[in-house]
Amino acid sequence: MFSNPDLQKLLFGRLTLDAVPLHEPILLVTFAMVALGGLVVLGGLTYFRLWGPLWRDWFTSVDHKKIGIMYIVLALVMLLRGFADALMMRAQQAMAFGDVEGYLPPHHYDQIFTAHGVIMIFFVAMPLVTGLMNFVVPLQIGARDVAFPFLNNFSFWMTVAGAVTVMASLFVGEFARTGWLAYPPLSGPAMSPGVGVDYYIWALQIAGIGTLLSGINLIATIVKMRAPGMTMMKMPIFTWTALCTNILIVAAFPILTAVLAMLSLDRYVGTHFFSNDLGGNPMMYVNLIWIWGHPEVYILILPAFGVFSEITATFSRKRLFGYASMVYATVVITILSYLVWLHHFFTMGSGASVNSFFGITTMIISIPTGAKIFNWLFTMYKGRIDFDVPMLWTVGFMVTFTVGGMTGVLLAVPPADFVLHNSLFLIAHFHNVIIGGVLFGMLAGITYWFPKAFGYKLDPFWGKTSFWFWLVGFWVAFAPLYVLGLMGVTRRVQHFDDPSLQIWFVIAAFGAFLILLGIASFAVTLVVSFLKREQLRDVTGDPWNGRTLEWATSSPPPDYNFAFTPVVHDHDAWWDMKKRGYVRPVSGFQKIHMPRSTAAGLILGVLSIVFSFAMIWYIWWLAALSFLALTVVTIGHTFNYARDFYIPADEVVRTENARTALLAERV
Amino acid sequence: MSAATEDAHVRGSGHEVHEMPGGHGSFRGYMTGFVLSVVLTAIPFWLVMADVLGNPRLTGIIVMGFAVVQIVVHMVYFLHMNTKSEGGWTILALIFTLTLVLITLVGSVWVMYHLDTNMMPPDHGMHMPAATSEPAPASGSAAPGAAPMQHQHQH
Repeated sequence: MFSNPDLQKLLFGRLTLDAVPLHEPILLVTFAMVALGGLVVLGGLTYFRLWGPLWRDWFTSVDHKKIGIMYIVLALVMLLRGFADALMMRAQQAMAFGDVEGYLPPHHYDQIFTAHGVIMIFFVAMPLVTGLMNFVVPLQIGARDVAFPFLNNFSFWMTVAGAVTVMASLFVGEFARTGWLAYPPLSGPAMSPGVGVDYYIWALQIAGIGTLLSGINLIATIVKMRAPGMTMMKMPIFTWTALCTNILIVAAFPILTAVLAMLSLDRYVGTHFFSNDLGGNPMMYVNLIWIWGHPEVYILILPAFGVFSEITATFSRKRLFGYASMVYATVVITILSYLVWLHHFFTMGSGASVNSFFGITTMIISIPTGAKIFNWLFTMYKGRIDFDVPMLWTVGFMVTFTVGGMTGVLLAVPPADFVLHNSLFLIAHFHNVIIGGVLFGMLAGITYWFPKAFGYKLDPFWGKTSFWFWLVGFWVAFAPLYVLGLMGVTRRVQHFDDPSLQIWFVIAAFGAFLILLGIASFAVTLVVSFLKREQLRDVTGDPWNGRTLEWATSSPPPDYNFAFTPVVHDHDAWWDMKKRGYVRPVSGFQKIHMPRSTAAGLILGVLSIVFSFAMIWYIWWLAALSFLALTVVTIGHTFNYARDFYIPADEVVRTENARTALLAERV
Repeated sequence: MSAATEDAHVRGSGHEVHEMPGGHGSFRGYMTGFVLSVVLTAIPFWLVMADVLGNPRLTGIIVMGFAVVQIVVHMVYFLHMNTKSEGGWTILALIFTLTLVLITLVGSVWVMYHLDTNMMPPDHGMHMPAATSEPAPASGSAAPGAAPMQHQHQH
């Protein structure tokens, strides 16, 4: 490109035209599709003149409801990417036997399984969980927003910046070939000299800032902003699980940040934290990253438990069985999740005493989890159960997750783990708990709270279709992996020699296809429900005959959530209010103090993308410049004193009167 | 997060934002903290620079001890850590953090000690200082893997 290589290096670092994978037909086609899709979206936004509303009402919004919805949109988009990776792996493994090499060369296959894991955990599961907590928690505790509304917007854009960084690796350079936790020495500078691991590091570091800050934000919200009368033991279970999850986030994510920072130092300045020389020890990386990694799986599953608790009580028309034991189980899991990390590396060489300690703590953690399952079952017992879509997901979860839990206890036995470690049995186990637990929980939660967010329910027919495809698809896809794992087939293999295994992989690929139909049905649900929104309209704000405070306000809630802060007397606050003949106040409204929108979060997010890109490609001047810009914008934003405004009383009166009229119309 | 303290939290974390139980400290409090910090910094300096004890290891342990006391002084006098502020949430958060830090540190040391003993090559550089200065005492747990990290795998 340049005649002077020094100048080119100075300007572009190690970025050259070779970094664009023109020689990879699969990537080219993907790029064409993404570009085409992107153009359609951009064109549509321009044609329907949606840029203004999008910018004003969504991108710069500090409203926790909008931010929560944007998190979930991000997660669903990234789910498509992560699932495309899954389909490619299933297709490769179903065909690459004997002489057939399949269509993915090893270096590409390795990037795909790494990207699949990273995207599904950090950019699908985490945004789903954070988004749902963001949307629901302030409504459940009767608050008007989170404690730090701007910080919330900033956190979201940092998560987006991380996601964009991962997506950029698809078309510029490569992604890591190391597996989703990037163990050294494979991820060290000697074995992975390319940009792949650097993409991994910077994407996670940037998204990690967002995750940590949103954790702090939600803890402060739950601790300080509950409606009067809502003592800790009167909080809804979902809020309890959100509190514990965010405590775990704040306690665990700094460990990930520190570990990745040390790996960066090894890669960028030649330290030896995780090399085998000069006193370094790669096993320390494995140890530390799992001290973050195990709490991480509880960060994901606890909010799902919260969702199931709310749904089971609502659709069984009964008070949740064993509220206090549910709270204690959640808290015990929070603590115990820090005592089990070594079970991820039983085979790395710890002695018998270490392995048995961590094996036993792992088995102990199944006790509070089991208690929760029994609480849900007892809640359903003698209840008048409505099998609406959220309840279907819940029952599907109970069956699926219990099996996943039992294979987990099996893996917790160190001798068994020595046989099953790194095998497809393990893969089947953690997909069993993450799909059957987290994903089912989040889809249940989305279906349950969708009418609250948009004012109409999701179409039940397509919702049920999606559920059955997901449930059956999951079992068809992963039961063969249990079988293969027991036969000793290891994970992350791109090609097999033994043709007798092929049939199992073909079945698994068919299962993945069924899941694809489940995802498609979910997309159809969204479209069909939007088209039928007048029929599915929720006027009351309480479509499921709910029990907690979020159902006390309109659907969708006004910007200020509650015109008057509710007073709480029971943990099923709204149920209690309905029972005592609550009358909605129709007069006496006052002006409401609200936080003001700002673009600062988005600007910081964009600058972070530039910064990480420059760091990945060694473009030092750009890195310095964007870091300076980040600092200036951050400090500059602290001088922005126009942070709040009042919704005038007459506007509140207008909004509330419209609702009064709607409610009266219905009666 | 025990049940007994929950009601106390909520009363303290009510909606009167401006009332801070414990407050932001007083001049007297800050002075006490300052003087204590100076003293607690000066003593370790003196111990090291005058080589009072003549034993680097013992000096190191004592300096660490002073550092821990220093942390407590900072938390009490500068960060206003007490059992009442924010309705007990700060002390609860502190206890939780300390528990996790303790689990992380003790657990990592225990795990890495095992891994180092079992997995590292016998003449690995890391062993030398510890192995030569004094014979490592058998750790509390009488586990087979936790035997003294002498060169037990030299054949």
